[in-house]
Amino acid sequence: MSLNNVFGIASSALTAQSARLNTTASNLANADSVAGADGQPYRAKQVVFKAMPVTEQGGIGVRVTQVVDSAAPLRLVYDPKSPAANEQGYVSMPNVNVVEEMVNMISASRAYQNNVEVMNTAKTLMQKTLAIGQ
Amino acid sequence: MIDRLDKELTFSRTALGLRGYQQELLASNIANADTPNYKARDIDFKSALQNAMSGKGDGSVTMNTTSSRHLQGDGATPYGATLKYRTEYQSNVDGNTVNMDIERTAFAENSIQMEALLTFVRGQFSDLRNAMSAT
Repeated sequence: MSLNNVFGIASSALTAQSARLNTTASNLANADSVAGADGQPYRAKQVVFKAMPVTEQGGIGVRVTQVVDSAAPLRLVYDPKSPAANEQGYVSMPNVNVVEEMVNMISASRAYQNNVEVMNTAKTLMQKTLAIGQ
Repeated sequence: MIDRLDKELTFSRTALGLRGYQQELLASNIANADTPNYKARDIDFKSALQNAMSGKGDGSVTMNTTSSRHLQGDGATPYGATLKYRTEYQSNVDGNTVNMDIERTAFAENSIQMEALLTFVRGQFSDLRNAMSAT
């Protein structure tokens, strides 16, 4: 039954989009983290989406294959008083672009909503199908 | 007698199956709206239904596979429907061809068509029941 597969496809998208929301939240929370767990400044994380077949007939879901660190250069802030400052008095700050993250967040939440809607529609159709003989 | 009943319902059953399949494809497109290099796909409902009803769909060619991870080929679609790629209106830098407006419209239309079909099927069943219970 094809309608059953809609649930699998939409739920894979929900998982992927919520992973994206998670990285956005972590990036925004660490926008000013001078030192991460490894002592280095925090680097913005990005998820990589990949299409993943869930059925043999052409139904394609989505999966997060990896989480990559952003390659953008670290932000240098002049603050000679800081203990983390280098010889020239600059502190390396995380390469999180807050505007980009906000856009990412809105995009992810809209995509999430879209997929919830898909699921709700499939559910309604399924219930109507089940009620055929009644 | 029974085969008449079956014939009565074949069209609705095929159409419902195809609508369900199209719903699955549209859900895939919506799910992959942000996946790089994903190409949106759909079926032409009219020709798919015509093919399925004329029996062309049953003669679909499937490839021999020796592992579940081998490609199935396009012949393995339900009712032998031909999967097609959407033409894009505005190209994306990441190679994704999903246009959310088109997909959402198609999804809504498909849902309505499916509900209409379900209503017809319900009508067919009540007709049959009336015919059987008539004294």
